Amino acid sequence: MELILEGIKKAFELIVSLDPEVLGITLLSLQVSGLATFISLVLGVSAGTVVALANFRGRKFVISLINTGMGLPPVVVGLFVTIMIWRNGPFGFLEILYTPLAIIIAQAIIATPIIMGISLAAIQQLPENLRLQILSLGATRLQMVWVLIKEARLPLLAAVMAGFGGVISEVGASIMVGGNIKGYSRVLTTATVMETGKGNFDVAIALGIILLLLAFMVNLVLTQIQQRQRPR
Amino acid sequence: MKVENIIKIENLLVQRGDVTVLNISELTVERGKIFALIGPNGAGKSTTILTMAGLLKPWQGQLYFQDMLINSHVDRMMLRRNAAVVFQEPLLLSCSVHENIALGLKFRKGKKDEIKKRVGESLDYFGIAQLEKRSAKSLSGGEARRVSLARAFALKPQLILLDEPFNSLDPPTREAVIDDLQRILKETKITAVMALHDREETLRLAQDVAFMDSGKIVQSGTTAKIFNQPADEFIANFVGTESVLEGTVKNNANGLMEISINSKVIEAVGNSSAGQKVFCCVRPENVTVSKDTQGKISARNVFEAKVQKIVRQGFFYKLVLDCGFSLTAYITQPSCEDLQLEEGASIITSFKATAVHVMRREK
Repeated sequence: MELILEGIKKAFELIVSLDPEVLGITLLSLQVSGLATFISLVLGVSAGTVVALANFRGRKFVISLINTGMGLPPVVVGLFVTIMIWRNGPFGFLEILYTPLAIIIAQAIIATPIIMGISLAAIQQLPENLRLQILSLGATRLQMVWVLIKEARLPLLAAVMAGFGGVISEVGASIMVGGNIKGYSRVLTTATVMETGKGNFDVAIALGIILLLLAFMVNLVLTQIQQRQRPR
Repeated sequence: MKVENIIKIENLLVQRGDVTVLNISELTVERGKIFALIGPNGAGKSTTILTMAGLLKPWQGQLYFQDMLINSHVDRMMLRRNAAVVFQEPLLLSCSVHENIALGLKFRKGKKDEIKKRVGESLDYFGIAQLEKRSAKSLSGGEARRVSLARAFALKPQLILLDEPFNSLDPPTREAVIDDLQRILKETKITAVMALHDREETLRLAQDVAFMDSGKIVQSGTTAKIFNQPADEFIANFVGTESVLEGTVKNNANGLMEISINSKVIEAVGNSSAGQKVFCCVRPENVTVSKDTQGKISARNVFEAKVQKIVRQGFFYKLVLDCGFSLTAYITQPSCEDLQLEEGASIITSFKATAVHVMRREK
């Protein structure tokens, strides 16, 4: 119990004093996971919308693949990305292993199926005739898709929150492809793992609290956007 | 030269999976007409509407829009820009009423003030200007229906296609929406095709009717023809057995009207004023027949009639009478024998002024 109180005190100190190291780690977490989420948003929403609207052979199989991808274990993604960008791997020449870019790639792979799966469901739950209604008002296919995406904005923002929540809290892939290098590729989760391992529980708790606060604030902003024009 | 046929369909086949859902050998919709597709659920009315709107690619056959064959994706896009569909559900987007009505105009890249003007006009048409700023999802059923109609009319299309536009509205709202639609169609002269399943809606709105069943057109013609001379028992049951007479009100004295039908005049109760064109509906069970006028007949409408046809229907007979206009009567088996009726016989027929159901008609 004392440990937790000590941790909270430490967290307070670190936040108030704007500890440069903690600040750097926090900002890097935010940048890496934010970028990864943005990439996933673009890929996930477009692919999800295409699968939701298109009619092709093996569509159900593709949808179950996407849904499985929503539960992709970060360590497996980490392993896969590591193999790909390993010095002798197919993308080894890029020399990006143990860089923030590698974390962004791994996290984007984790978040894309999550956003894709929720987007798919969001577009599918719109009334079937809505597509025809929009087309009958003279829309081109592209205009129709854009209107549908706007119409599904509520669940789509939920998809963004789920994607961001998934990657900001993920540790397996970050530690494998990022390497937890101090001042370079150390993010909140990898730092927490390290501090706990070293027995510095107070710092670990402080980092955990900062992580929670960060996730809360980002979601607060997204929720504000989502609920701004709440349809009655 | 102005094209007279807005829509022409030839040998059209639409399939869903292996099932043929639509098989229309011929269908023509003339410019400026209000055309109704009627028939039971699953008859193919909605599919016909989707095909006419260019939203469904037929498997076989030809669709002409203003005498132009609709063949390619580009043609269907052109058709979609000239026709507007109003679906059974209002299908409004979750934004303001204004944005909903402006939607189709925005697709066409209209200018901002032009869009504003057209949205305003359309709102005024349906008397919903006060809803403009409201969220479309907060509207009542009747309001949402009006907005979806206004959204289609804002485009000033050549053709408007309506799929059961009065569905799931409560009776007073339904009446008001029908009145509005009727007035607007008359003012704008836009050709309309609507899927309906209510006989009164059909009588009030449509000039031409096609009766559909299992994807086929079973009978088509003017409204009066379909209602008075249904081709078979099924259609007859569907459109009802009432005689539907087209007339014009001659005068109205305190609610008792004289209505001229062909060369005859009947009396009916109602509040239409002189000159108003009306449909007079008389239910066959309210029509009595007798050998002569000796027995006391209190009914105000008494005519000599010729028996044109006697059809046995279970325990009673259906008589088709000609008394200057066509009239249908039901009589029981014993009274038919009493009167010694046979086809070609002359009899007296009568019905009360209160037995006539009078509906306004616009055409």
